[in-house]
Amino acid sequence: MSIELDSHRTLTAARGRAAQRGLTTRQAVADRAFRVALLGATLLFVALVAGLFIELVHGSWESIVTFGAGFLWSSEWNPVTNHFGALPFIYGTLVSSAIAIVIAGVVGISAAVFLAEFAHPVVARPVSFFIELLAAVPSVVFGLWGLFVLAPILGHTVEPFIQRYLGFLPFFSGPIYGVGLFTAGLLLALMIVPTVSAIARDLIQAVPNELREASIALGATRWETATRIVLPSARSGIVGACVLALGRALGETIAATMVIGNRPAISASLFAPGYTLSSVIANEFTEATSSIYLSALLELGLILFVVSVVVNGCARILMWSMLRSQGRRS
Amino acid sequence: MIQRAIDGRETSAATAVKVRVSHLDVYYGSNHAIRDASLDIEENQVTALIGPSGCGKSTFIRAINRLHDLTPSARVSGKVELDDVDIYSRDVDPIVMRRRVGMVFQRPNPFPMSIYDNVAYGPRVNGERNASRIAVLVEDSLRHAALWDEVKDRLSESGVALSGGQQQRLCIARVLSLRPEVILMDEPASALDPIATAKIEELIAELREQYTVVIVTHSMAQAGRVSDRTAFFLNGSIVEAGPTNQIFTRPKERRTEDYITGRFG
Ligand SMILES: Nc1ncnc2c1ncn2[C@@H]1O[C@H](COP(=O)(O)OP(=O)(O)O)[C@@H](O)[C@H]1O
Ligand SMILES: [Mg+2]
Repeated sequence: MSIELDSHRTLTAARGRAAQRGLTTRQAVADRAFRVALLGATLLFVALVAGLFIELVHGSWESIVTFGAGFLWSSEWNPVTNHFGALPFIYGTLVSSAIAIVIAGVVGISAAVFLAEFAHPVVARPVSFFIELLAAVPSVVFGLWGLFVLAPILGHTVEPFIQRYLGFLPFFSGPIYGVGLFTAGLLLALMIVPTVSAIARDLIQAVPNELREASIALGATRWETATRIVLPSARSGIVGACVLALGRALGETIAATMVIGNRPAISASLFAPGYTLSSVIANEFTEATSSIYLSALLELGLILFVVSVVVNGCARILMWSMLRSQGRRS
Repeated sequence: MIQRAIDGRETSAATAVKVRVSHLDVYYGSNHAIRDASLDIEENQVTALIGPSGCGKSTFIRAINRLHDLTPSARVSGKVELDDVDIYSRDVDPIVMRRRVGMVFQRPNPFPMSIYDNVAYGPRVNGERNASRIAVLVEDSLRHAALWDEVKDRLSESGVALSGGQQQRLCIARVLSLRPEVILMDEPASALDPIATAKIEELIAELREQYTVVIVTHSMAQAGRVSDRTAFFLNGSIVEAGPTNQIFTRPKERRTEDYITGRFG
């Protein structure tokens, strides 16, 4: 988004300058050709997204016609009787992603504030480097680690501990398996923390130093300056970063599949196994023998597509509104 | 009594020293930006710091409320005494000290929050919880900064939406809300148009009644208009300091005279 805006601004400015200098027609033609090419590339991407959407609707048409809107709130998933409903998968996707974004938001923003405002560069540089390295680890490696390290620790130690003190709450009740919604949420959080903390740190560093100095000069502490001036100045951009990270959690397939338990059930307990939209598609696509089964899986894909587009759209609008309000400053 | 050549007003030469800077050195890494500078800043007077750009005026003024604490590469030695207490000594809390020494910056830097909250920020971070007392402080400070009439109907609008001159007066109101004793201003009008500059200068003349003001300015005419005393900086040292009219009409140092008469660099 910002890149598009910038290039647009550059182009406009370049055109203005070209006009002033009275450039030759050949250059003007090249300029026009360049713009047409850019427009073509943009339209191509729009067409690709639209085509994908149409193809998904087309593929899931049989399911849409058969189950209607009830597909969204039916919890039955039975390939034998050919009855399909999306609710457990929507639930699993939303709950695991919600856990992920709450944890990653708190941890990522705290890390960003610490790294940008308090840590000495000698500490901040290597720590930032390692956090960002986390983003480069392949999902399947996260999945393996989640299954063989994280899930046993959670199942044997952490979840029983939480249950002992908070077990009266329905979210922490019931049997503990190690794998489940909570484990998946935590693993996803680890995967998206770099996105949150890296973008948030850059946004915090972009807050003009004059604001910090003004705050300090008014007798505020560094902590008050960070929480009352710096964070609010970067707020909408940070929210945008979180939504962007949420988009990644929503679509993450392999790591979630490995630790969520893959059971299409809705349970109040976060320790219970669940299933996500992307996991069920990946797991069952090859076994989908009947056309209605395949069509139902494609409709799950359509739902995921719509949710992701909406979430990412929100992120972009938030970031854009922040850039615009910053522009008003100068 | 000294007759001021510039505007004919009379000022008393025998006033108390509010801030006494002695043997101040400031380094940025290996860059020795202030060299053994000493200056007495008198109470209820406007002291102007003049000199070519890069000579250390900002560095000097920022040492007076310990803003260099924020710059990791900066190192300060020497004494800055506020009412005879060295602000760099161990038992002085910089947070408490900064309430007494306010700062107005070169570029207007209102916080991205409402006009009201901008002015209320200082009292709030300094522990004022009482909403009606805060409201009184906000109104008084805005009136004192000659901004109240322009903003009284839109206090909840963003401070960032004001014009440059209004923003700078908002920043002055923000400083006044803490009822400081000393107000430091680093080229407060350099980013403003002539009309906004005139308003700021008028305001400085009024502030002088209640506050001790130190102002950095690159404009000799401005120093002449607003200040009682002037210190001339060159390459990190104070060449000469004294009553403004004396510095402007009978400088003791050749280098001061060269700078004043524009024969310089
Ligand atoms: N944050 C900083 N880090 C390193 N050097 C600085 C910094 N601020 C100022 N300096 C240097 O200190 C010297 C004095 O600068 P400054 O006090 O800003 O001068 P003035 O305000 O008179 O123009 C200059 O040589 C400048 O390059
Ligand atoms: Mg300066």
